[in-house]
Amino acid sequence: MDFPGLINYWIVIILMMVGFYIVIAQGNLIKKIIGLNIFQVSVFIFYITVGKVSDGSAPIMAAGIDTYSNPLPHVLILTAIVVGVATTALGLAMIVRIRTAYNSIESDEIERAEILEDDK
Amino acid sequence: MLLTGISVIFIRNLFAVVVLAGMFSLLAAVLYVVLDAVDVAFTEAAVGAGISTLLLLGTLALTTDKELAKTKIKIIPLLLVIFTGSVLILGTRDMPNFGDAKAPANLHVAPRYIEESMKETGLPNMVTSVLASYRGYDTFGEVVVIFTAAIGVLILLGQGYRKSRRGSGKIINKNSGEAE
Amino acid sequence: MMTRHTILRVIAKFMIPYILLFALYVQFHGDFGPGGGFQAGVIFAAGFILYSLIFGIENGRKVMPPWLRRALLSIGVIIFGGTGLFGLILGGNFLDYNVLLENPVAGQHLGILLVELGVGITVSATMITIFFVFASQDQ
Repeated sequence: MDFPGLINYWIVIILMMVGFYIVIAQGNLIKKIIGLNIFQVSVFIFYITVGKVSDGSAPIMAAGIDTYSNPLPHVLILTAIVVGVATTALGLAMIVRIRTAYNSIESDEIERAEILEDDK
Repeated sequence: MLLTGISVIFIRNLFAVVVLAGMFSLLAAVLYVVLDAVDVAFTEAAVGAGISTLLLLGTLALTTDKELAKTKIKIIPLLLVIFTGSVLILGTRDMPNFGDAKAPANLHVAPRYIEESMKETGLPNMVTSVLASYRGYDTFGEVVVIFTAAIGVLILLGQGYRKSRRGSGKIINKNSGEAE
Repeated sequence: MMTRHTILRVIAKFMIPYILLFALYVQFHGDFGPGGGFQAGVIFAAGFILYSLIFGIENGRKVMPPWLRRALLSIGVIIFGGTGLFGLILGGNFLDYNVLLENPVAGQHLGILLVELGVGITVSATMITIFFVFASQDQ
């Protein structure tokens, strides 16, 4: 295990943990969604770095280039990004509905409102 | 990039948070260009920095842009995160080095795509040929997922919902709240 | 909305055709350079969204009525699935483009083009739909 060889994984893990912390520790639902996005991007970066080959170039055929980076992770992540934004939009739509139902986008306030409702 | 991620935790004005998230996506796109993934960078710049930020701003306009809770560091989640992170970093000791052409991920099907795709599909852009041809099933699934997400948004916030809200003042739909 | 923002309106009028043209370029040139259905769909949607932002949601809805959005949403998926099924009818596997034309390479090319078109239509319709649904809430 040499130092520079694995640094990409460490960056990914730190980013992932930042996203994870936002998701579990922040009460605001929009912040939670952004945290999920950060988590998601860290996974994307993980895939892309795995596919990177030293001295490789972008995977588009051209004369005089022999080494290409791995195109497979690119394909997977390309579709994942668009799916990610579609699911984010779904989450945001849910937040808008929650806001109209509970008049709040803070998770602890929503919990309190639910307890009040149960007591009735 | 890390800095923008971390500052999302501490800033309470959600507008600033959303703009920071857009910046984060743009920086990620730059990183993808450096890592040879031009198609991915293109998508991330268009989707992450463009549409995603727009949708977040739209949600802010519909809800509120102030965060009420105080942002203090919570100890238990922090410990959990540090613990998980350390375990994962321990796990990377078995991973191949960055840029290693001999890494298992680069030896399985990728060489075949790189060598054969030009002959078999006649397209120089391998990403496109793999996306649409070799992995057509995957892509079909993704398209259906996007389609489903659009239908979901329509169901949650579509015309029926607008009418019910406009019609009788405010109908509180309990089920939608409890589903979360 | 209509009277203010003169600069924005003039610039947007100037830019929207190029945005849409660029989207089409990305869509059909994706085989050779970076690009493809996913990116093109998003850029195409961005053109419409820019129009609706500058000229108002109502005008945007006139350009892209709800029935058209919903139809496009499913047409994209149908083009994709239909290309796959067509290969099945012609004796290949599902999503096998080699049988679409006499020459397998040309068949692959055609199949990829059609599939990317389907992807592009669905993605752009999805993004436009989501934007309109969010934007027309506060009326």
